[in-house]
Amino acid sequence: MEIKHTALAGTLESSDIQFTLSKGTGVEINLDSQVEKQFGKQIKKVITDLLSEYGIENVNVRAVDKGALDCTIKARLIAAIQRATDTQNQPNWEVLG
Amino acid sequence: MLNKVNREIPDDILKEKNYKPFETTEIGNPETTYVAHQVRVSQGDDKLVDSIPEVIEKTGLKNGMTISFHHHFREGDFVFNMVMQEIINEGFQDLTLAPSSLTNVMNDMVIKAIKAGTITHITSSGMRGSLGDFISHGGLKDPVVLRSHGNRARSIENGDIKIDVAFLGVPNSDPVGNANAIHGDAVFGSMGYSLMDAKYADKVVLLTDTIMPYPNTPASIEQTQVDYVVKVAKVGDPDKIGSGATRFTKDPKELKIAEMVNQVITHSQYFKDGFSFQTGSGGAALAVSRYLRKSMIEKNIKASFALGGITKPTVDLLEEGLVNKILDVQDFDKGAAASMANNENQQEIDSSWYADPYNKGAAVNQLDVCILSALEIDTKFNVNVMTGSDGVLRGAIGGHQDAANAKLTIISAPLVRGRIATVVNDVTTVVTPGDSIDVLVTEIGVAINPKRKDLIEALKNVPGVPVYTIEELQKRAEAIVGKPEPLEFTDRPVALIEYRDGSLIDTVYQVKD
Amino acid sequence: MERLRRTMMFVPGNNPAMIKDAGIYGADSIMFDLEDSVSLTEKDTARMLVFEALQNVDYGNSELVVRINGLDTDMGRADIFAMVKAGVEVIRLPKTETPEDVIETEKVIAEAEKFFGIENGRTHMMAAIESAEGVLNAPLIAKASDRLIGIALGAEDYVTMMKTHRYPDGAELSFARNMILHGARAAGIAAFDTVYSDVDNTEGFNHEVEIIHELGFDGKSVINPRQIPLVNAIYAPSEKEIRNAKDVLNAIEEAHKKGSGVISLRGKMVDKPVVARAQRTMALAKASHLVDEEGNLYAE
Repeated sequence: MEIKHTALAGTLESSDIQFTLSKGTGVEINLDSQVEKQFGKQIKKVITDLLSEYGIENVNVRAVDKGALDCTIKARLIAAIQRATDTQNQPNWEVLG
Repeated sequence: MLNKVNREIPDDILKEKNYKPFETTEIGNPETTYVAHQVRVSQGDDKLVDSIPEVIEKTGLKNGMTISFHHHFREGDFVFNMVMQEIINEGFQDLTLAPSSLTNVMNDMVIKAIKAGTITHITSSGMRGSLGDFISHGGLKDPVVLRSHGNRARSIENGDIKIDVAFLGVPNSDPVGNANAIHGDAVFGSMGYSLMDAKYADKVVLLTDTIMPYPNTPASIEQTQVDYVVKVAKVGDPDKIGSGATRFTKDPKELKIAEMVNQVITHSQYFKDGFSFQTGSGGAALAVSRYLRKSMIEKNIKASFALGGITKPTVDLLEEGLVNKILDVQDFDKGAAASMANNENQQEIDSSWYADPYNKGAAVNQLDVCILSALEIDTKFNVNVMTGSDGVLRGAIGGHQDAANAKLTIISAPLVRGRIATVVNDVTTVVTPGDSIDVLVTEIGVAINPKRKDLIEALKNVPGVPVYTIEELQKRAEAIVGKPEPLEFTDRPVALIEYRDGSLIDTVYQVKD
Repeated sequence: MERLRRTMMFVPGNNPAMIKDAGIYGADSIMFDLEDSVSLTEKDTARMLVFEALQNVDYGNSELVVRINGLDTDMGRADIFAMVKAGVEVIRLPKTETPEDVIETEKVIAEAEKFFGIENGRTHMMAAIESAEGVLNAPLIAKASDRLIGIALGAEDYVTMMKTHRYPDGAELSFARNMILHGARAAGIAAFDTVYSDVDNTEGFNHEVEIIHELGFDGKSVINPRQIPLVNAIYAPSEKEIRNAKDVLNAIEEAHKKGSGVISLRGKMVDKPVVARAQRTMALAKASHLVDEEGNLYAE
C-alpha cells in the first residue's frame, strides 16, 4: 500500500498519541515518548507490525506519544494510514480482522 | 548487603559514611545526646544589617561549611536565590546545602552553585524538575542525602546535620529577630520546618521585607536565637507561596478514590469520637476531608486533632467544631495560613514535635489515621515518592515515612497514571517500608496489608469498596499498560535514601541514557 | 432476568483518556459516542479509537453501547460495520423518527454480521428519540425490531423544536417521557431518560432522577461519572421494599416445594408482575450493596 499524501491523526492530550505519516523510502520511525525508556520498544513494535500488515513499505512515521495504551496507538495509526491512503470510510477489514 | 526491604546497599557506602542498613520501623527507646550550638553574645543593638554581602561577612561563612534554608515560601521563594547568588559571587567553595526541602524555583540556582563548586554536598527532603534531572545524571559527585522532615529534625539534634549558618526568610521581624509568618505580605502560616534551624544553627540570619516595632509578637522565632536581621525588598511572591483558595477536585477518578478512602476510614475501628487524622494536600486527599466531614456529622463524631500540612478545608473543620485542635507544621494555602493568626486552636509545631523519631515523643506517634500518596507502591506495600518511573529524582520524602507511623496508614493512588503503573512488583526506590502501610486505595478497589487481619475483617463487606490482594491490583495495572522494560542505571550512586532513624533504606543510581 | 440499566454513561468517542477510564465508575451501560460529541473532522479517528477500545479494554460487567452516526451521513455505514466487527453489544441510533429508521439500520447491521461471519441477531439495538415526530412514533419505533433492547429520550434538540427549553420541574418533557415509557413498556423493552448537563447542580439532578424514577424509567443517561452514585442512590430500594421482595421470593420457593402452581402471600395471590418486581428489587438491592449474595440485608 502506498502513502498518497501526508496525513495526521491523534492529539497531544494525555493518554493520546499523534501520528504524522508522510511519503518516504523504506520505513522510518521517529518516536518521541514520555515513556520511551519503559515502552519505546513496545510502541515501535506495534507500529512496525501494523505497517507490515497494511503492506506499507515506504513511509516516514513521526509519533509524539503522551502515554497512550497500545490499543490507542493502533487506533491512531490505523486512522493515520486511512487518511494517508484516502480510505477513511472504507476500512481494510482484512487487516482489522 | 541486602537490607530488610531487600535493597542492595553498597558496603563501601555503609563503611565510608558510617551507615547502618535499614532494619525495622520500630524505633524503641534508644538513648541519644543532642548537640549544642555556638552562641555569639549580643546585646541586640548590632543585629540589623543593611545587605546580604555584609551579613555573609558578619556570619563568618567559610569554605566547607553547612548552610541552610527553609522551603515554606515554596514556589514563591525569593530568599534562596538572592542569598545563594551572593555566596556564589563571593567565590565560596565546598559548602554543604541543607535546606528543609528544595522547590522548583531554586533549581537553576542550585545547579549553578554546583557547577561553580560552591555546593558540593546536599541534604534535602527532596528535589524535582531540572535539579532532579541534573543530579540523576550525575551532576554532583557526592550522593545527595534525602531525609524525611522528622529525620531532618533528628539529624539536626544529634549533629548529623551541623548547620553553620541558617538563612531564614520571614514575612516580618523586629530589629532583634522576633518573627512570625502570620503577618506581612508573604505570610505562610506555620514556620514549622525553619524552627529547627533557628534553634540549632550556630549563626541565624533572618531576611525580611517588613521590619516591625519591638517587641514583635507572637514570636515563632525568638530574638534569643537570632544573630542578624537583614531587610530586603521582597522575600517572596504571595501568589506563588500557596494556592489562593484550595479547590476541591472535580476529577471523577480522584473523587472515587477519595470516597473509597473515606469508606475505609469510617469502617475502621479508629473512626470514633476523639480520633485524629492527617490528610495531606493532594487532589484526592483534599476531597477526603469533604467526605469525612459528612461522615463525622452523620455519626456525631469529632476529631481530637488534625496534623501535618494544613489546608483551608481542615481549618473549616476546626471552625465548625468537628476538629478540636490543629497541630500545624506548614500551611498549603492562604486560608490555612491566615487562620493561624486568628485561631488559638491551630498550634504551630516544629518538625521535631511533628515527626522526629528520636525525641521524647512526636505528634505522629499519637496519630490514628493518615492518608499519603505514592508514585509507586509494590506488592510488599513498599512506597516510592522519590523517583519517577524513569528512575529520575522527582519528589520529596516530606513527612511520608514519619506519618506512616499512624495506626491506620492509607495510600491513595490511581492504579495507573497515563501508561505508567502505580502498583508494581518492585518500586524503583523504597522510601517508606511496606511494614508501615496498611491499606492501598485505588479507583477500582483496595488492597490491605496481609498482616492487618483486623482490617481485612473490618473491610470485607463495605459497600462500594471491593477488596483485592495487592498482587491482583498489580496484575490489573500490568494488564492495562503492559510490561515495561527494566530501567537501566549505572553503578554510581547519586542519592541515598535514609529511613527516619538514619539507617539506609535505598540508594538511587545515576540513570543511563 | 432483565439486566439493570440505571445509568448509561456517555463517553466522547475521540477522547483516549476518558475511553480508557470509562470502566471504573460502575456504570450499568457505557455509551461511546461517535455522533454529536465528535467533530466532523474526527469521525474517522474516533471510530477506530472506539473500535480498538471495545476489543482491548476491560469494562467489567458494563453493557457496551455505541452511538453511531445516522445512515443519512456518509459515516453511518462504516460506523456500523466497525462496531459490529468489534463485537459491541448495542448499537444506538441517533435521531430516530420512524420505525423505518430502525428497520433500515437493522438491515445494515445484519449485512455486517453476515459479512463478518457473525451470528445473525447478536448485535442489539436501541433508538434515541429526539424529535416531535419520533415521540409520536415511539410505540411503533419500540416494536420495529427484535434487536431493540430499549428506547431513549434525547431532550436537547427536542425541547428546542418544541419551542421551549429545560425547566426544573420537567413539565416540558412530561408528554415525551410518557410516550417513550409507554412505547417501551408495551414492547417489553427498556426506557432511558435524557441527560442532565449541569453536572455541578446535584440538587437539580437528583430532582430530575426522582421524577423519572417515579415514572418508571429503567435509568438515566449520564454525562459525568459523578452522576452515577447519585442515580444509584435514588434507585436503591428501601429496607421495607427489600423485606417485602424477600417475602415474595420466599413464597414462590414455598409454593415450588409444595408443587403448588398458586403462590400466595399473607392470604393474597401473588401474580406475575409482583414476582417480576420482587426480582428487580432484589437485583437493585444487590447492585446497591444493601444485601449479600443470599439476599440478606447487611444492615441486619
